[in-house]
Amino acid sequence: MNTLRDQLIGTWTLLKKELLRFWRVAFQTVAAPVITGILYLLIFSQVLGDRLEVYDGVNYLVFLIPGLIMMSLLQNSFSNSSSSLIQAKIMGNIVFLLLTPLSYLQLFFAFLIAAIVRGMFVGVCIYLIAMFYVDLPVEHPWFVFIFAFCGGGLMGAFGMIAGIWATRFDQMAAFGNFVIMPLSMLSGVFYSIHSLPQMWQNISHFNPFFYMIDGFRYGFFGQSDTSPYLSLLIVVSFFIILSFITIRMLKSGYKLRN
Amino acid sequence: MKKAIVFKNVRKNYKQLKAVDGISLSIEQGEFFGLLGPNGAGKSTLINMMAGLVKPTGGSISVMGFDVNKEYQEARHSVGIVPQELVFDPFFNVREMLRFQAGYFGKDKSNDKWVDEVIERLDLTDKSSTNMRALSGGMKRRALIAQALVHRPPVIVLDEPTAGVDVELRQKLWGFIKELNNEGHTIVLTTHYLEEAETLCNRVAMMKSGKIVALDSTKNLLKEFSLKNLKVRLQKNNIKKIAALLKGATFEQEGDWCTFKLKKVSDASSIIEKLNALKIQILDLQLIESDLENIFLKLTSKN
Repeated sequence: MNTLRDQLIGTWTLLKKELLRFWRVAFQTVAAPVITGILYLLIFSQVLGDRLEVYDGVNYLVFLIPGLIMMSLLQNSFSNSSSSLIQAKIMGNIVFLLLTPLSYLQLFFAFLIAAIVRGMFVGVCIYLIAMFYVDLPVEHPWFVFIFAFCGGGLMGAFGMIAGIWATRFDQMAAFGNFVIMPLSMLSGVFYSIHSLPQMWQNISHFNPFFYMIDGFRYGFFGQSDTSPYLSLLIVVSFFIILSFITIRMLKSGYKLRN
Repeated sequence: MKKAIVFKNVRKNYKQLKAVDGISLSIEQGEFFGLLGPNGAGKSTLINMMAGLVKPTGGSISVMGFDVNKEYQEARHSVGIVPQELVFDPFFNVREMLRFQAGYFGKDKSNDKWVDEVIERLDLTDKSSTNMRALSGGMKRRALIAQALVHRPPVIVLDEPTAGVDVELRQKLWGFIKELNNEGHTIVLTTHYLEEAETLCNRVAMMKSGKIVALDSTKNLLKEFSLKNLKVRLQKNNIKKIAALLKGATFEQEGDWCTFKLKKVSDASSIIEKLNALKIQILDLQLIESDLENIFLKLTSKN
């Protein structure tokens, strides 16, 4: 009765709705993070532009761009799934999804892909604008893609966990302000961790955002603070673990099906 | 023929509170079934368990033969639920929202014609491109009903659908729901408007404290629990006399009206005959039959 075709249409419908949902408010969901990223770029390029060289032959402005792209991508992937779920829960319209035959896997994939798409879209916009300022090399395009995809997916899954767990907007804001923001700011977006004292270098290795940004940056420059394969392993592992937790939460109906 | 809905010893506990306490009930296909009860009786919990929104503590529920937990996808294809709260997605207009809802059930573009028909039948055509936020309460209620119908379910459950709806719209909605029932849809309704349940439902279950306190056809319930009262208006000075003269008759006095509780209709003629024999003049007379509301109050106020 619920055929594979029904399931594909169901998943595609939810994905389409999630994409339209952020596109309807693109001023807030796309333009705002792009402007923020560009402002960072302008300010740091004016202050530090040609005075620092982080890697051999890579000046600070060029070094900064991949980090900013990845930070925006991660934050927006998280925002997409988390805000959709918390709004639907608080407004009560989550019931329209829960009454349908959509399975926990269909819900997971639709929210996940929408989160990745939004994150990547914001990232691509920042990249395109940055190209007006600097000539950004892309040494390993597949690394760029795989880190963008897995990073976006990891944060999309994390956003779902936060959206399912939170029952109030302030709880969700706490996730953003006390988890996402500090971890992304202290992940090496604005610096190479080799410029930090040894203790902080060691601490940075416990921050998963560091590996997402470092591996993504490797895709552009072919240089990184740590092995890109180690970064890839850690990012993929986190992606799988968070996806597993999300799927378990959706399957059990935790905080969704009372 | 498969039963439309079967509840078997369904229970739901919230810590110490037994919100639903061992309910067993079958609803036939094509029935217009009423679920009545005061606030907190467990009606919505029962419906939410059927919809998969709440997990039962025990028992089983099936819709059109499909277990709502084990075969949840088939069960949800078979039922359309109109929730009690006026919830909506603020990002989309009516038509978009209905098409998305149909899509979740695997309906593709070929279903759009039916979506348009539902929009038309619920008088939403003028508002189909309006954002859900901009609709009035009554229009939002219609959109919610439309949302429950877009996947053409054989069973439709309406949880207090006319709460806060004006009389005209209420009549229109009932007309539409009656049409659906005539077309073969099974309708389950919870309502506080007992008059509606009396007019529309073939069968009624009354709930109190998580249990069913009465379950029968509306006609039988009215017959079984009916209280027929004879109200007579007498001259005030005669009222004092009749208590002594009509031994065994129980009555209540309110102004110059006396209300006699009858066990059977023929008791009315014997009271009138006795009053005539005592030469007590009857100024006015009414025979009052109890309605579902009386029965409801009687059953739900019992300890």
